[in-house]
Amino acid sequence: MTAVIIVLIIIVVALAVYLISAYNGLIRRRNQIENAWAQIDVQLKRRLDLIPNLVETVKGYAAHERETLEAVISARNAAVAAPDTPEAQSKTEGALTSTLRQLFALGEAYPDLKANQNFLALQEELSSTEGRIAYARQFYNDSVLGYNNKLQQFPTMYFARMLKFERREYFEADEAARSTPDVSF
Amino acid sequence: MYEQIRSNKRRSALLIAGFVVVVTLVGAAVGVVIGGGSIAVTIGALVVAAALAFGSYWKADQIALSVSRARPADPREYARLHNLVEGLCIASGLPKPGVYVVDDPAPNAFATGRNPRHASIAVTTGLLEKMNRVELEGVVAHELSHIRNYDILVSTLAVTMVGSVALLSDLAIRSMWWNGGRVRRSGDHNDTNNPLAFVGFALLIVAPIAAKVMQAAISRQRESLADVTACQMTRYPPGLISALEKLQEDQTATHAASTATAHLWIEQPMSGLGDGGRLRGPHSWFDTHPPLEERIALLREL
Repeated sequence: MTAVIIVLIIIVVALAVYLISAYNGLIRRRNQIENAWAQIDVQLKRRLDLIPNLVETVKGYAAHERETLEAVISARNAAVAAPDTPEAQSKTEGALTSTLRQLFALGEAYPDLKANQNFLALQEELSSTEGRIAYARQFYNDSVLGYNNKLQQFPTMYFARMLKFERREYFEADEAARSTPDVSF
Repeated sequence: MYEQIRSNKRRSALLIAGFVVVVTLVGAAVGVVIGGGSIAVTIGALVVAAALAFGSYWKADQIALSVSRARPADPREYARLHNLVEGLCIASGLPKPGVYVVDDPAPNAFATGRNPRHASIAVTTGLLEKMNRVELEGVVAHELSHIRNYDILVSTLAVTMVGSVALLSDLAIRSMWWNGGRVRRSGDHNDTNNPLAFVGFALLIVAPIAAKVMQAAISRQRESLADVTACQMTRYPPGLISALEKLQEDQTATHAASTATAHLWIEQPMSGLGDGGRLRGPHSWFDTHPPLEERIALLREL
């Protein structure tokens, strides 16, 4: 009799331990996704903050390239004003990326600009920030993958559904961002 | 990956335990030989071993960095390096490690520390000069993989432990000139029987071999694993492949590396060992790294 009770207690305790660790695992993964999403925003903001500085620097050397400069500024303003949804964001950011390409292409036409230390430093900053944005999105998608996997696997799926854990969506580049921006001179 | 982390933590604990046991046993042997079996020497050895192991855990990364003469990388001067490290940390969800530079014309890099929150990576100035952006990124990602997989913990512990084994055998062998510390009366000078010297000789022969085999066992498969994890971070295998190819072409020995830190570096730092295993068989027991050709071939399959 006591043996049966002991076995039952062990089973209940083991089940409780499993549930707690599975629940905590899901919470940890979900928080990681949120953190990853916030990280993308941080990097996007960083890029937006770099642009006015860059435009000022280029103005000093190529003030009459008004068209390009204005295109960059208006693309930046559109990105600042964009609502905080993945689709709107990726559209405005994609447009900004292609105008920035044109701005950097100016460096080729103006040797003085190309030799400017400030311009070079900003170019390095911007290209590594773009790299970071891509990496942040990659990390976000990796986090979503880990979370969704856990969520749909047996046996977590049963109690995850009861506790209202929901599937997360991946970040996907939209058409504008996916196609290579064309740079015209 | 989690499997790898757990196994690395387990290995670290084993390494520390094994180290303490060996040092204590040696202490006991010395105690038997010179003190007539006094417990005090054994306890002394145990205390020393525990202190060394404890010190290794907390300070080994600093030791490895200063042995390699690494200096903190100035964020302004080495902006590109810092940017690459930050970007890859975002990709892998790691906190940013300390970034160090070693003044050495040979291209090489290593990572050290005890966990991702207390970690550092160091690259040589030669690496910064010879690698372009994507190649450098591949190398940095390789080092960050070591941090993420907790390889750094095991291998950094090994640095100080290999070092102290060498020190210990040195100490024992040198003490033979002092007749095993048993000179008490002037008449003892004629006593040519010096058991401590035999302990010293045995240690001298066995210890470095054991330490080397251990060092090699620790790092060999990890290098390939870290290569693969690095590509998972950058999603761009060609970067690391061309970096490894450049390392293969380069024949300069890394002077900043020593025997104790050899297994930390991305490429076997010693000269004359033949990176591609051209001079000897493809796998020697003492190689701390798999041949670069093999690593490149593995990455090509990705």
